[in-house]
Amino acid sequence: MAVCIAVIAKENYPLYIRSVPTQGELKFHYTVHTSLDVVEEKISGVGKALADQRELYLGLLYPTEDYKVYGYVTNSKVKFVIVVDSSNTSLRDNEIRSMFRKLHNSFTDVMCNPFYNPGDQIQSKAFDSIVSAMMVQAC
Amino acid sequence: MDQGAAAGTGGTFISLSETEQRCYSGLHALCQPDGTGTPAAGKVAELFRASQLPADTLHQITEVCGAKRLGYFGCGQFYVALKLMAAAQAGLPVRLESVAGELPLPVFVGITRDPEMRYPTHPPTNESQPHIAGSAPRPPADRPVFRHPESSMDEQEAWSPPRSPPRSPSAYHSYPYSAQRNGTDALLAYDGKLSSRSSVSQENSSPSHYFVRLQPEPLPITQVSSVDYSDDPWRITEEQREYYTNQFKSLQPDLNALILGTTAKNFFTKSKLPIPELSHIWELSDVDKDGALTFSEFCIAFHLIVARKNSYVLPETLPPTLRPGYVDQGVTQSEELSSVDRQVTSRPGVNTCKQDTRDERRQSEFSPKRLPDASEKPIRRVSTLKPDSPQELDASMKSRTRPRSHSSTSIDDAMKKAEEPPTPPPRPQKTHSRASSLDLNKLFQQSGQASKSSWLPPPPALPPRPPATQIFSFRHGSNKNTQKAVQQPNFADFSRFREVQETSTPPQRPDLRGGLSTEDLAPPKTDPSAALQGHAPQKPVRRKLHPDSQSATPPSGTPSSAATLTKSTQRLPPKQKRAIQMAIRKNRETNAVLTRLNSELQQQLKVVHRERVTLESQLDLLRPVTSA
Repeated sequence: MAVCIAVIAKENYPLYIRSVPTQGELKFHYTVHTSLDVVEEKISGVGKALADQRELYLGLLYPTEDYKVYGYVTNSKVKFVIVVDSSNTSLRDNEIRSMFRKLHNSFTDVMCNPFYNPGDQIQSKAFDSIVSAMMVQAC
Repeated sequence: MDQGAAAGTGGTFISLSETEQRCYSGLHALCQPDGTGTPAAGKVAELFRASQLPADTLHQITEVCGAKRLGYFGCGQFYVALKLMAAAQAGLPVRLESVAGELPLPVFVGITRDPEMRYPTHPPTNESQPHIAGSAPRPPADRPVFRHPESSMDEQEAWSPPRSPPRSPSAYHSYPYSAQRNGTDALLAYDGKLSSRSSVSQENSSPSHYFVRLQPEPLPITQVSSVDYSDDPWRITEEQREYYTNQFKSLQPDLNALILGTTAKNFFTKSKLPIPELSHIWELSDVDKDGALTFSEFCIAFHLIVARKNSYVLPETLPPTLRPGYVDQGVTQSEELSSVDRQVTSRPGVNTCKQDTRDERRQSEFSPKRLPDASEKPIRRVSTLKPDSPQELDASMKSRTRPRSHSSTSIDDAMKKAEEPPTPPPRPQKTHSRASSLDLNKLFQQSGQASKSSWLPPPPALPPRPPATQIFSFRHGSNKNTQKAVQQPNFADFSRFREVQETSTPPQRPDLRGGLSTEDLAPPKTDPSAALQGHAPQKPVRRKLHPDSQSATPPSGTPSSAATLTKSTQRLPPKQKRAIQMAIRKNRETNAVLTRLNSELQQQLKVVHRERVTLESQLDLLRPVTSA
């Protein structure tokens, strides 16, 4: 169960950020922003690896004492970042992967919508509902 | 919370519709002075008496709902009791099975309804319910809600589900919604045993209201009979379907093919709805999520747009009567299920429930009911069901996303092939005749100008002509947008398109353009023609790049096109004839240019060939030397 989910565009501005405890929102924004550096490092790191050999799922970007940050990048350099609570240790890697897969699928659905201009903020309710379903139930 | 309580009753899950939820929570609030959640026995007894049921029935009810066992009326028992009372009032036996079906609200006489108390309780209960899935099924469920208050207010005193303030937009809808119910027999079937007299009285209020509202719309939906409208504004009637079919054909002649996203976008943008709403409509209607609309998806989208223009609130999820499975009636259950599941965490019983509800023709009410049910238990169920549903969702979505890559090419081919049957590909020749000042540089420049290039006149016989105009874009995938513009008449005005086709026969000269505009062409009409002029100059560009392949065909094409042109000129007024002849001349000039180009390039090719041969021979000579 994620605490914060963010979709970052290719130019590294956020298309969509949602976090659950809304009072800590700024902190999550900052975390996501710093994690972008790690993402860049990972995708540009391996020089000889071609794009299609690169794994989309980037794995644990960096852990802090409070939470862990996972990354995923698409072939069009759109990045998904999920922040999960460190105390929630039961989340396995496969679950994180499946969360990213779902995110990717709903993101492509949003992209398919001809009324969505790539680069806009994502305002799709369907996407919202998918993301909410993945977030920690704060109530 | 309400359903949870109801579920606790004897282990049977008795679902409540939205209206019933509201009523019952209101009653619940009425009966619970201590606020612990358990209605006070005295108040409950009062309520029971107010229901005017015979005493033994009341005893039966108490027994069945389990209060006797518990000794008091818990929340669940209370609700079950209310349902049983409704059943009893409807004449059904007091059994748990009888409350499994839909029921009208129980009628209570003599209950002092405290309006102030009602309102504070109801907004919280309203909001507490589907907080996760959003107000997902609320608008479709509003329909039964409206029916009940309007009917009951006719005869009862205060017993009606309160219209809480947040629902004021829905109050606005109540008018068209109620006007929808002109099929009184349908209404009766829907309501079951509810006293039909009250409902009839409301139905008679302007049955034509819905149609009146539609008239001013730019979509001329011809309303033939009101009987076609069932109790569901989300159902597509025959006239509507016919209309949508025509519109679909105007965008895409093949009913089995897909409309691309950009086409649809331009088309639906004409409806002047705000883009976020159109985006939402798209999300609802593109069921297979491939970025294109099939015929049924198009109908769904169109229907939603029509509904929106009539100020219906868009639902969060697709109403069941609008679902492709229902619309098409050829689609499997699994597809509908997956389309539902995509919106909501699935429950195992949803599928069977859907079948039940469909039989009972209460789809619109039940699915909203199911959705709040599902959303009520996301926490508990999401862990168990989510691994299942996302996988199937992913699989279905992946399987659906995969066609995405193919669809564009095949659709293009399908669409264009469908449009071009009578004319050979070289037909596009004519368009760039205008641009054919012999200077090729000018051709490049003219590609940006919109007012140039003669529009080679299509003959009055229409069918071949739209292909002619659209064939241009067949050559250029990049000009897809303009092609779509051509394909779209004014929103919903198919006849106008035809008229425009005929009036567009005069070629687009600067002096004639005024004539065209005075003929009251809508901007989209001039745009496609302009855009197509924009096409034309590009053709020579391509020709230049690939002269070998394409220049062979133009010479053959132009004679035939010239022949057809001469034929058509006879039918046209002299002014146009002159223009056409100019066009023909220009065509010939371009033709000459291109043939010259062709021959030059052929020469170059020969030269290069010769060089290559010499080089190869030299290589051969040198090879033994090097290898030695």
